[in-house]
Amino acid sequence: MTENHELQPQQTKRDFLRVILGGSLLAWLGTVIYPILSYLKPPAQAEAEVSSVKVGKLSAIEKDSGTLFRFGSKPVILLRSASGELRAYSATCTHLDCTVQYRKDFGLIWCACHNGKYDVNGRNVSGPPPRPLDEFKVIVQGEEVFISKKS
Amino acid sequence: MKPTLKKIYDWVNERVELDNLIEFMGKKYVPVHRHSVWYYFGGVSLFLFIIQVVTGILLLMYYKGSEDLAFESIQFLMSKVQFGWLIRSIHSWAANLFILTAMIHMFSVFFEKSYRKPREITWLTGMLMFFLAMGFGFSGYLLPWNELAFFATKVGTDIAGVLPLIGKPIMIFLRGGEEVTGATLSRFFGFHVAVFPGIFTVLLGVHLLLVQRQGMSEPMSFENTPAGERKTMPFFPNFLLRDLLLWLIVLNLLAILAVFFPWELGKKADAFAAAPAGIKPEWYFLFMFQSLKYIPGKLWIFDGEVLGILLFGVAGLLWMMVPFWDSKSARGEKNKFITYLGLFVVFYIIIFTIIGWIS
Repeated sequence: MTENHELQPQQTKRDFLRVILGGSLLAWLGTVIYPILSYLKPPAQAEAEVSSVKVGKLSAIEKDSGTLFRFGSKPVILLRSASGELRAYSATCTHLDCTVQYRKDFGLIWCACHNGKYDVNGRNVSGPPPRPLDEFKVIVQGEEVFISKKS
Repeated sequence: MKPTLKKIYDWVNERVELDNLIEFMGKKYVPVHRHSVWYYFGGVSLFLFIIQVVTGILLLMYYKGSEDLAFESIQFLMSKVQFGWLIRSIHSWAANLFILTAMIHMFSVFFEKSYRKPREITWLTGMLMFFLAMGFGFSGYLLPWNELAFFATKVGTDIAGVLPLIGKPIMIFLRGGEEVTGATLSRFFGFHVAVFPGIFTVLLGVHLLLVQRQGMSEPMSFENTPAGERKTMPFFPNFLLRDLLLWLIVLNLLAILAVFFPWELGKKADAFAAAPAGIKPEWYFLFMFQSLKYIPGKLWIFDGEVLGILLFGVAGLLWMMVPFWDSKSARGEKNKFITYLGLFVVFYIIIFTIIGWIS
């Protein structure tokens, strides 16, 4: 017991050193790891916010067809029904990020990656997609066709 | 030995004691029994890895890792560079054969329960190398920057992204942004040629060192055989020569595959084109891909996809940790459960790969 008593001051000194050294090691690790983690995080690219895109002349868009257009950094699919009606949806499959296409033979929007199907209203009707495709607005001004974000 | 060679040998021997090493090699024996054939698959995997390093370095002489140049540089390699098509084809074929032989090696070790004490670390390093091999496959697949690779990478990284909490940061880390772009290509290129080979080499070093130090694992039945009746074969030169002969056969097989079934390049990736019909992952991911198709989108309150991925994750982890929960084999007792589990996994993988292949 007496021996233990004598060790007491020694022990606190040791604990103190342990905290100081351990703490410094942690702080040092932090100063090394933090910049590396920050470096690995890709910086936000200043992307021009696109609100509408001109896709071309109405006469150039075939009836009963689906065409992909670039909308900012994302693809958009423009459908024209047999009766001439225009509709636009995000072409990114809601399942796992693949790009969809219009299948004339099915009369549906189809994703090749996992056989997901959407009807011409963008609703997920078969396969794995969990929700409908986002809809875009189609504006026709005279002969020109524009696609814009739904507000 | 010729006098000059002898002189060189003596010079080195005086400094690093080569005699010890040769004595050690001479004392190494390989057990001979009816399952001995499985010993060769580790060696073949090693050989295929060496081929990957050599052909990989050769490909680096022409490959350009950027969105605008990657596809074109491989087109150039395949059409203009002498034997460029051959080197690329061998690299692709050897990659697939490597996964196959590593799989056979893994299953043979599993069925023999050779992971049991004292070889737990050998099993662990092997499993980690196997996961890395899949990482090699996935990252290397993107490098030609073609249509199939682009969508495979989109889907693969998106799958990582559906995991709760950590998923999104992992996806952004892998892609180098929100989308699969040239930034993803740069990262995958880095993983494929620097990060993975570095880690793999360290693991391989430990793995081989342990095999040398502990010797070949003996089947459990061997332990009951009286010492006099155990058949063995010297590692050097008997086993090594057999090994080398098999390596030669594998090299010939590779050459035949590369020449008669050259690897396609396909169409250049286009972020604004639809995914091509008939798109499929590489065969070694097919069984997981096919299983995910059968899980409904919503299971009670859980997302089907997330559940499937977590299930595969847990299964992989349990598989890797088998030396630590199979206490029966560690005690030297027969464990039928492990055998049935292994058989189930083998049949599951084979059946789902076939369904994925034909559907």
